[in-house]
Amino acid sequence: MKPAPFAYARPTDLASAVEALAGNADAKVLAGGQSLVPLLSMRLAAPAMLVDINRLPDLDHVTSDASGVRVGALARHAAVLADDEARRIQPLLALALANVAHATIRNRGTTVGSLVHADAAAEMPVVLCLLGGSVDVVGPRGRRTVAAADLFLGPLESSLAHDEIAVEAFFPALAAHTGVAFREVARRHGDYALCGVAGLVRLEGPRIAEARAGYLSVSDVPTVIDLTPALSSSESLSDEALAAAGELALAALDPQGDIHGTAAYRAQLVRALTARTLRAAYDDAGRRREQP
Amino acid sequence: MTEELHEVHLVVNGVPHDVAVPARRLLSDALRHDLGLTGTHVGCEHGVCGSCTVLLDGAPVRSCLLFAVTASGSAVTTVEGLTDADGSLGPVQQAFKDCHGLQCGFCTPGFLTTITAGLRDNPCPTHDEAREMIAGNLCRCTGYQNIVSAVERAAELIAGTGESV
Repeated sequence: MKPAPFAYARPTDLASAVEALAGNADAKVLAGGQSLVPLLSMRLAAPAMLVDINRLPDLDHVTSDASGVRVGALARHAAVLADDEARRIQPLLALALANVAHATIRNRGTTVGSLVHADAAAEMPVVLCLLGGSVDVVGPRGRRTVAAADLFLGPLESSLAHDEIAVEAFFPALAAHTGVAFREVARRHGDYALCGVAGLVRLEGPRIAEARAGYLSVSDVPTVIDLTPALSSSESLSDEALAAAGELALAALDPQGDIHGTAAYRAQLVRALTARTLRAAYDDAGRRREQP
Repeated sequence: MTEELHEVHLVVNGVPHDVAVPARRLLSDALRHDLGLTGTHVGCEHGVCGSCTVLLDGAPVRSCLLFAVTASGSAVTTVEGLTDADGSLGPVQQAFKDCHGLQCGFCTPGFLTTITAGLRDNPCPTHDEAREMIAGNLCRCTGYQNIVSAVERAAELIAGTGESV
């Protein structure tokens, strides 16, 4: 349970970090390390080099404006969760972050690191996808913005090039007449979820104009599904409409069984959590309309 | 092959230390092996059990999920740093004693550090908040009831409202 030896660089500016990363084809970025270090300790990964970005300046920001919330690569989950302005601009962030492991892990783990780790069982990638956010990356070819839809390629696989460093994530603000919710079921509080759902509902008058949900742990990549067709015909949110939304979601997902739960159980979680999450997001939208 | 060594400066429980360690040295191992501070216990060594929790610049972190070299320059508080200046038990330790909050004691250092920081941030937790405070730490002996009681007792002791036992 000890990591294999690796070369170590701790640059103090971004250009040097990119240079170090580009100089070794088997180098990995170390930020919070809450996912990476277990992989190293269990020797599921043994990179030749770690580029520790914890000393890079000006990357621990959480800044919010009317357009959304920007989270720097060294902002810890705990800092994002505690940021009142971020919670106001995009409440889904805090709702989901409260489900990310335990407080002790959130003190060290970074939100941006969780995104580019690209674990389909993690909360923040789903949130980024549902909101249509993006990640800014810097590499030898300069800075570029990667949309959430283009970020997640497969299990633990992001579309970042090996010599690129994610420096900032952007989570768009909550739109008007919109509500959000997050629900997950884990075998123990703080564990990886067996299934988790982030939901978003937008109202036009009494009618549901848009309903989408993002799913974690029931597909290889965080998956967002448009559930509007199941709900838009109903004036209020009926149980039948919510059940139809669950079936619509399942048609696009492929829950797998494992030691923690069967495929059938995970499918049932998709149905149940779809209904609960959409109901909560719908209620949230209604509340926000009454309290502008 | 000899591994490259890195100079690491840590202030542990107020005492400065300089050690030269390989980059892969976990903070938990640096504390135990290099500094001889064996109060920090290593259980699962992949971040699940919480036994190795220490305070890094005041915030609880898993010392098994942190390389010593990354933590260089930081202040670390281990369980050895929780006693009062005269060597008597600190309030959280005293509460564990009062409430029989430990049996084998292996997980206890992680609980003590976690609760010390938890009560600093939330000095008067509700019963549910006390449970949430320790949710990231595993204990295989106690069934947790007495540990939850110890959180509430420690809050009383810190507030100075606890009756002496």
